Amino acid sequence: MSASGWRPERMDEADRRIVAATQDGLPLVPRPYHAVAAAAGLTPEEVMARMHRLLAEGAIRRIGAVPNHYALGYRFNGMAVWEVAEERVDALGARIAALGLSSHCYRRPRHPPDWPYNLFTMVHGRTREEALHWVETIAVVLGEAVRAREVLFSSRILKKTGLRLVG
Amino acid sequence: MDELDRRIVNALQGGFPVCERPFAAAAEGLGIDEATLLARLAALRAEGVLSRFGPLWKAEGLGGAVTLAAMAVPTERFEAVAALVNAHPEVAHNYERDHRLNMWFVLATESAAAIAVTIRAIEAETGLAVLNMPREAEYHVGLRLEA
Repeated sequence: MSASGWRPERMDEADRRIVAATQDGLPLVPRPYHAVAAAAGLTPEEVMARMHRLLAEGAIRRIGAVPNHYALGYRFNGMAVWEVAEERVDALGARIAALGLSSHCYRRPRHPPDWPYNLFTMVHGRTREEALHWVETIAVVLGEAVRAREVLFSSRILKKTGLRLVG
Repeated sequence: MDELDRRIVNALQGGFPVCERPFAAAAEGLGIDEATLLARLAALRAEGVLSRFGPLWKAEGLGGAVTLAAMAVPTERFEAVAALVNAHPEVAHNYERDHRLNMWFVLATESAAAIAVTIRAIEAETGLAVLNMPREAEYHVGLRLEA
């Protein structure tokens, strides 16, 4: 579910060429969209018009700097998972996201009995205590809706290649 | 990182403009010039403070599919299973987590059907069950990491 009405099938071939030209990032030059246009075989005006549209539709989440959590000292990355009633998860997920404490907030399928959790939030801290503080803040907002919860900290990165979507 | 680097990282985690000279526009908001901003961003990227700079695309927009998957791997087999899982190019990220479900990985494939194929292959190679947890809903978040 996305707040926008965006659907993948709305992207056409030219949109996909823009994706391919930007998936490693924008060129760090004074006119980056002109460089993208040259790579994608489009005019700069068309690239910019399409990117405005793709942003408005939600195909682009945002444009800007993507920091490396570890490089900024956020070494404690906790996946806090919550079991809440299915009919309340969307409303609660929206409230948690609005707190701005969590970098991702998703509903995912349960796998009972081993895995009853359906609401996933990621929290980041420079200390374990800081990350757990954000978890507790979320817990207060969820209140009695929570039937069960856990926090899974990552202990090791086994692989990180980044998502390559095309090309 | 100095004070200006921190201001740049904090200010530019979203909302970068789409216009002819976007770095000049962003630099103006920071009270610096375009050339300084470009040089700082190049250095931050080279140092790995930024993993990238540019648009964050929704993966599903490309006709592809993404899922989160988890496995409970016996400790004595952990390294061997990690090697088997990581050998699949569809595995974009893989993390060890402190839980009975101790291996969590993200699969990114060109089609939804390829997710199921990859999961079945990993289950066959490892003899372990893979829990598939695709996103069913996404709630918009605006988290900015303070540098």
